[in-house]
Amino acid sequence: MGRRRNWSIPYILFLFCFVIIPLFLIAWYAFTNEAGSFSPENFIRFMKHPEALNILIYSIGVALITTVLCLLIGYPAAYILSRMESGKARLLVVLFILPMWINFLIRTLATMALFGFLKLPLGEGALIFGMVYNFLPFMIYPIYNILQKTDKNLIEAAQDLGANPKQVFIKTILPLSAPGISSGIIMVFMPVISTFAIAELLTINNIKLFGTTLQENIYNGMWNYGAALSLVMLVLIGLTSFLNSSGTSNTSEDGGLI
Amino acid sequence: MQQNGSHNIITIEHLSHAFGGKTVLDDINLIVRKGEFVTILGPSGCGKTTLLRLIAGFLKAGEGKITIAGTDMTCSPPHLRPVNTVFQRYALFPHLNVFNNIAFGLNLKKLPKEDIQKRVMQVLKLVTMTDYEERDVDTLSGGQQQRVAIARAIVNQPEVLLLDEPLAALDLKMRKDMQMEIKAMHKKLGISFLYVTHDQEEALTLSDTIVVMNEGRIQQIGTPADIYNEPVNSFVADFIGESNILNGVMIKDRLVEFAGHRIECVDSGFDLNEPVDVVLRPEDIYIFEISDAAQFTGEVTSSIFKGVHYEMMVTTPEGYEMMIQDYHCFDAGKKVGLRIKPSDIHVMKKERLFNSFEGKVIDDTSIRFLDNIFECKSVNGIPAGTEVLVNIDFSDIILHDNEEDGMLKGMVKFILYKGNHYHITVLTGENENIFLNTNDIWDDGDSVGISIAPDAIRIIQQ
Repeated sequence: MGRRRNWSIPYILFLFCFVIIPLFLIAWYAFTNEAGSFSPENFIRFMKHPEALNILIYSIGVALITTVLCLLIGYPAAYILSRMESGKARLLVVLFILPMWINFLIRTLATMALFGFLKLPLGEGALIFGMVYNFLPFMIYPIYNILQKTDKNLIEAAQDLGANPKQVFIKTILPLSAPGISSGIIMVFMPVISTFAIAELLTINNIKLFGTTLQENIYNGMWNYGAALSLVMLVLIGLTSFLNSSGTSNTSEDGGLI
Repeated sequence: MQQNGSHNIITIEHLSHAFGGKTVLDDINLIVRKGEFVTILGPSGCGKTTLLRLIAGFLKAGEGKITIAGTDMTCSPPHLRPVNTVFQRYALFPHLNVFNNIAFGLNLKKLPKEDIQKRVMQVLKLVTMTDYEERDVDTLSGGQQQRVAIARAIVNQPEVLLLDEPLAALDLKMRKDMQMEIKAMHKKLGISFLYVTHDQEEALTLSDTIVVMNEGRIQQIGTPADIYNEPVNSFVADFIGESNILNGVMIKDRLVEFAGHRIECVDSGFDLNEPVDVVLRPEDIYIFEISDAAQFTGEVTSSIFKGVHYEMMVTTPEGYEMMIQDYHCFDAGKKVGLRIKPSDIHVMKKERLFNSFEGKVIDDTSIRFLDNIFECKSVNGIPAGTEVLVNIDFSDIILHDNEEDGMLKGMVKFILYKGNHYHITVLTGENENIFLNTNDIWDDGDSVGISIAPDAIRIIQQ
């Protein structure tokens, strides 16, 4: 028993060095000014600075739209996949996930080229397209996973009790796949808020997302302000995950990826 | 049938079904009457669950007709059929509590809230689960989940309740209790129950009518007493209860010879000297100290206390072994006398006396059957290409441990102990049954090689 416990020491060390200490450093930087003394001035600056706040709100908007679109496209896809015979479905799931094996910068550059080729303007539309294209697999996979594991007997039980195909879907399949939906939402919503490369490339740096602001500040040596912005985002993401998981806590064990 | 049509809740006519080319149900004809408790009984893989799923509408029938409550429902989807199912693994909705699970069907019918409340409470009381309505279903024990599953089905007041091995997942004691509860519920509700099980004791306890199935066919339909006392073939006799099944010969009406003795019986209507199967229930054989009253003598080879009775194996001097159940114990090694009342002997027609296959002559000394070419004795000038019947006696088929040693590969499917030998059914790779007698012990599911000596192949020109 004691010896088994020793096996976890490298992992604990790793977590301490690369998770706990960096988090502590972010908090430390966020609550200090450039002179190194404690002050809330970074947060005051953020609140007083409408530009950063607007970008945050805009980013949340983009993330929401992307998440909703991914859900609207991804759920039917996952549902169809889960209904196929397993061999075919597995092949198609691999095809959906295959683009992720290619670096996402290259994919985004290719999207840029595609828009150029089709003579479509880069900008907000291209941004949403790029986001959905990049993050769709993260929505499909957890939903497919949970739909495929759903006990077919439950669907038969619903039919048996008088549910027509539409009612079967609304009353059983949809609620049973809720943990997969919530995993999918987290997997899409969180990274979309913080990503900056897609926005930079697909809007020719015209639209700034919160991730972009963050990156610019850190890049320009504004470590304290940048750390404060990171902390704001961290709290925001933490809050969404918390709300999401508490809503489906009793079935989260069957969840998709999170 | 037309006249009392209104009393028939389910009528099944010539129903057949196949999965991927393999027939799982073959020409099923069955009637379930109003208020009747019908049990479909058979070993796993006999098609009983498929039959239930066809009635519920989860499968589309390949051939035949299913009429429920006077309406042809062969092609109706499940939600339009006036039946409800209790599933083997309960299939309760994990996202709903007990109340909402039970109210599921009523909510779909958009009944008023007060009615739903009232009816759910009524069935909860019926299944003795009052006060559980707010509970999450996964906090319930197996027996409680089963009760909720039954409540969820009967609250819809179906014409027929379909139950698919509902007690299979419960332990023995719980199962016995639930059997009694199900029987009481059936009485109270007055609707028809169609119950699927592989447990013969459960079937005998619960049913008004038992339907014994094997290999996709109905073997026998009858009351529990009929099925137990008058089984139509050795499969039914062996499957229902314990039995000694011996080869016999019907010397004349009311006189049968088996285990080397001629014994008086009550059966008649057989040919003179017709080979038959004789069924003796172990509790019907009297066992006592050797005396003039004995029809058979023998030596007890084992004696086991079974709680209520002793189960003894007795071997006769002629080499036949019989199982006997009696309240008195005779120890192993003891010489005993045996006697059977004429009315306790059940004589059955044999289903077959030898194997018979369709074949085709290839040349003078070879013949093709069972998708294989066999060497045989001279075909006596029957021209090549002629279609013939190939008959082979049960004792002329040889099994090998090693699949490769035989001319054919097969799997042991059914073993019947005949007192002094085993009668075995082997399923070949081509889905043909071969029947044989052997003294060797094989197990269900053994992979075997099969070979047939050239001398044993009898060719009959049609």
